[in-house]
Amino acid sequence: MLIAAGSSEVALGFIELGALIFALALLARFAGRFGITAIPLYLLAGLAVGEGGFVQIDVSVEFFDLGAEIGVLLLLFTLGLEYSESELKNGLRTGLAPGLFDMVLNALPGIGLGLILGWDPLAALLLGGVTWITSSGVVSKVLADLGRLGFRETPAVLNLLVIEDLAMAVYLPVVAALIVGGTVLATVTSVAIALATVATILLVAVTYGRRLSDLIAGGTDEAFLLTVFGITLLVAGIAQQLEVSGAIGAFLVGLALSGRAEERAETLISPLRDLFAAMFFLFFSFQIDPADLLDAAGPALALAVVGILTKMATGWYAAGRTGAGPNGRMRAATVVIARGEFSIVIAALGSELVDGPELGALAAGYVLVTAMVGPLATKFADHIPIPAILSQRHTAANAPGSTV
Amino acid sequence: MAQVRETKLPGVGVRHDFTTEDGTDVGVLVHRDGRREVLVYDTDDPDACTSFVSLSAADSRTISELLGASQVTEVVAAVQQTIEGLAIEWIELAATHATTNTTIGDGQYRTKTGASIVAIIRENESIPAPGPDFALLGGDVVVAVGTITGLAELRDLLRA
Repeated sequence: MLIAAGSSEVALGFIELGALIFALALLARFAGRFGITAIPLYLLAGLAVGEGGFVQIDVSVEFFDLGAEIGVLLLLFTLGLEYSESELKNGLRTGLAPGLFDMVLNALPGIGLGLILGWDPLAALLLGGVTWITSSGVVSKVLADLGRLGFRETPAVLNLLVIEDLAMAVYLPVVAALIVGGTVLATVTSVAIALATVATILLVAVTYGRRLSDLIAGGTDEAFLLTVFGITLLVAGIAQQLEVSGAIGAFLVGLALSGRAEERAETLISPLRDLFAAMFFLFFSFQIDPADLLDAAGPALALAVVGILTKMATGWYAAGRTGAGPNGRMRAATVVIARGEFSIVIAALGSELVDGPELGALAAGYVLVTAMVGPLATKFADHIPIPAILSQRHTAANAPGSTV
Repeated sequence: MAQVRETKLPGVGVRHDFTTEDGTDVGVLVHRDGRREVLVYDTDDPDACTSFVSLSAADSRTISELLGASQVTEVVAAVQQTIEGLAIEWIELAATHATTNTTIGDGQYRTKTGASIVAIIRENESIPAPGPDFALLGGDVVVAVGTITGLAELRDLLRA
C-alpha cells in the first residue's frame, strides 16, 4: 500500500537501507581480499553513520533496530547449531582443563579492569565475558581459508571453541538473569530457572534431539527455512517474555537441532544470519558515541594487549597438550586471538546498565583490535620468533621427525 | 597395514592419518558434507600439512577404485567372467516323445553337446545328479548346464 502510494518516507528508507547494505558489501569484499574478518569494519561503519558520525540515518533506524535483534538471535542459533551432541559430550570430557585455563586467564583481565574503572560488578562480569570468548566464526573461517583444517594443532583449537560454546550455554543465561535483577531472592530464582531450563533443553536435545529434528527435517527448502526461522523467533520471544534473554532461547533451539535438520539449517539459515548479523554489528556501533570510543581507546588498547597475550597462552597450552611442536603451538596461539560476534553480543546484553555505554565502547575497541590482529598474526605465525625458553623443551622431541 | 590414527574435528569432520613405509605422514580429512581432502604432512614441521586435492564423494570413489581398493571387486569380477560363458537351462520334454524310456547314457548327450544334465524335475520333485542309466519320461523337465550353443544342441536332441 505504502509502496503503491509512492510514499516519500518509504523511498527514503529504501535508499538509506540500500546505501548502507551496499557499503557493508564493499567492506566485506575488502575484508575478504585481505583475509580478515569484516566484523571490525562493520563496527567502524556503524560509528561513521551514528551520532556524531559523518552521515545520519533516521528513517530506517527502527528497521535496523529490529534487524539487529534478529541478527543476535541468528548468531546464537547458529552457535548452538555448530556442534553435534556427541561433539559436545566429547568436548566436555577431554577439554575441561584447557577450558578452565581459558576462562580464568581470559575472563579475569576484563573483570579486573571493570572493577578498577569503578563499574558495577555485573558490568565487570560482562566485560569478563567480552575478553574471554574467542570468535568461533572468525577462527573456523580463518582455519579453512588458510587450509589448516588438517593441521595437527587444529583439533586442540576446535575443542577449545566447543568448550567455550558450552560455557556460553551457562554464562549467558546467568548474566541475562542477573541483568533482569530485582531482589536477591528474585535474582537467585531467575538464575535457577534459567539454568534449569538450559539443563532440561540440553538433556532433551541429547536424548530426543534426533527424533525431534526428524519431525521437521523434511519438506521443501522454503518450508524448512520458514519452520526453523519461525520456531527460533517464537522460542526467543517466549524466552524474552519469561525474562530469560531471547538470545538464549535461540541458542537452545540451535542446540536441540541435530542430524539432517542441523545440516539443512546450517546451509539455509547462514545467508540469513550473515545479513542480519551485519545489521547487528552496524547497529551496535551506531549506538556508540565516537567520543565515548575515544575516551575508551586507552583502556581498550591496554585490555586488547593483555587479551591477546592471555589468549595466546591459552592456545599455546591447549596445542601443547595434544603434542604439537613449537610452530604448531604458535599457530594455535595466534589463531584464537580474534574476539568477535560473541563479545559484541555480551556487551549488547548490558546496554541498559548504567555502565552500558562505556562497556559498549570498550568492547567495540577491544574487538576492533583483536579481530584485526588475530587473523593477520596467524597468517604469519610461522615467521613469529618463538622465545628460546618456550621452544627449547620441544626441539629434542621433534628432531627424529625432521631427519627423514 | 599401517596403524591408522583417527582424530575428530568438531564442526568440521574426521581426520585419519598414518605413516607410510617411507616415513611420510599421510592423512585424509573427511568433511561433514562428504568432501574429502588428501593431506601430506611436512617433514620439517610435522604439525603442518599440504592439502593435495579436494574430492567430492563421487571423486573419492573414483580415486579409491584407481588406488586398488577394489581388489575384492576384481576377484568377484573374475568369477563372474568364468561363469559368463556358461548358462543353465530348463528343457521340458513333450508327453509323447521319442526319447521316452531311453536312458541319459543312451542319448550320449554330454558327448554330443558338451552340456551336462544336472537334475530332472518330475512331478514337482527334483532328482539331482541323475546317473547315465536314469530313464527319461514324457513330461520331465531336464535341467542342464553348458555353453549357449551346447544347450541349444541339447534342446534340439531332446525335442527331436
